[in-house]
Amino acid sequence: MILMKDVYKTYANGVTALSGVNVKIDQGEFVYVVGPSGAGKSTFVKLIFREEKPSSGQIFINDINLSELKERKIPYLRRNIGVVYQDFRLLPKLTVYENIAFALEVIEESPRNIRNRVMDVLDVVGLKNKAKSIPDELSGGEQQRVSIARAIVNRPKIVIADEPTGNLDPETSLDILKTFESINEGGTTVIMATHSKAIVNQFKKRVIAIEDGIIARDEQQGEYGYEV
Amino acid sequence: MKFRTFLRHIRVGCSNIFRNGWMTVASVGAVTTTLILVAVFLALILNLNEMAKNIEDDVEIQTLIDHTANEKDVQSLGKQIEEINGVDTVFFSSNDDELNKLIKGMGEEGEAWKLLEQDNPLNHAFIVRAKNPQDTEMIADQIKDLDHVEKVVFGQEVVEQLFKFTKYARTIGVVLIIALVFTAIFLISNTIKITIMARSKEIGIMKLVGATNWFIRWPFFIEGMLHGVLGSIIPIALILVGYHYVEDAVANQVSFNFVEVLPYNPFAWQLSLLIIAIGAIIGIWGSVMSIRKYLKI
Repeated sequence: MILMKDVYKTYANGVTALSGVNVKIDQGEFVYVVGPSGAGKSTFVKLIFREEKPSSGQIFINDINLSELKERKIPYLRRNIGVVYQDFRLLPKLTVYENIAFALEVIEESPRNIRNRVMDVLDVVGLKNKAKSIPDELSGGEQQRVSIARAIVNRPKIVIADEPTGNLDPETSLDILKTFESINEGGTTVIMATHSKAIVNQFKKRVIAIEDGIIARDEQQGEYGYEV
Repeated sequence: MKFRTFLRHIRVGCSNIFRNGWMTVASVGAVTTTLILVAVFLALILNLNEMAKNIEDDVEIQTLIDHTANEKDVQSLGKQIEEINGVDTVFFSSNDDELNKLIKGMGEEGEAWKLLEQDNPLNHAFIVRAKNPQDTEMIADQIKDLDHVEKVVFGQEVVEQLFKFTKYARTIGVVLIIALVFTAIFLISNTIKITIMARSKEIGIMKLVGATNWFIRWPFFIEGMLHGVLGSIIPIALILVGYHYVEDAVANQVSFNFVEVLPYNPFAWQLSLLIIAIGAIIGIWGSVMSIRKYLKI
């Protein structure tokens, strides 16, 4: 469960990204975060995996109070949260297999578990036959699926995606969304910041719209609600 | 940390050495140059120290007793000297002993002095040593004022000059070594800094998937330590080969008996160990500095 209480965020340069956000997201929900550029979507998702700290207010992730979380405990929080970016963030010199295994090496998994888990998630994202390719040999959609595989390989309770389809064509975007849906069906919370009207309106989920740093709308089975 | 993970850090640290190619060469080169100079200074300082100590230990105060003193006077004088603060040992040396020493010291020419054995004109003497050689002058001053002391001899100027010289030499040597070490640390931390920047993407991803700070730091420590250890190879080779020649040259060509270098075994080996340790410390310190500054984790 994710809980934000009266969260404000002002950056060092004086820009206020969020001003008084209250929200509760239950385990297993699928949530779109929408809104105009610069409205605070990215800040919203970054707060959840503690890439940013709120200026005031409190954030709870499964009863952990992030404002009281010690600096050195952050890695352990992140092991329970998978993150997917618009630009994939894969290591260019490593193979697909190695890129995904990396996330498990970091948490000191045994080599056997690593092998099993990586093959499992490659199956989930449908890239078993690309295990030995390097990222440059893959299409954008495939690269994004590798980064999703990496995000879910250590079975996080929450997956956060910041514009995961931003660099992909519409058809590939639908593929990626289906992958997220199947992850969500396994009980993982999915929070996706997106600009894609097509996706939001086609796959109806809860929609949180952020405008000028506050939550303007919060609807179950919501619409995108902006002109593109 | 699991052992397997530790091996992983060593593997990554080593492969970074090769990955960073010329930067590694520059860094190792800087350490090599530094350590050669450090080794030379250390060898000089340690030998100088040893010589100074030998000379210091030889400093003694010769207290000449005047001819009018009877046996009782001599005994009481000996007691008084012993009671002076800082005096270590007091030996009585009769005029015959003194003559023998004189004759010995003269070598072959000493034979002529043997004539004096019949009617020895020399004084009886007390040979006094200070616990701390630096106190020699102070003690000599106090002895001078005692009864039945004719003269006090202790090579005042030589001793003072020597103390001054060794003190300056040590200070200058230590300052130079520290300056060199800091230069090398700075150069290594620069190399590691560039490594970190080049790998910032990888580090970002590691953080993203929940790597602890130590997991990220370890390979950099290993890399820095390797820079230091690799940099100590040439200096150690130079020590092990070069010190032989130094030892021979000094033994054959310098004839003052107090000039004697520390023996090759164990000194050259000890110095080598010290150099490799300094190299490793420089390397680790350099990486610690840049990690703290540039990793921001």
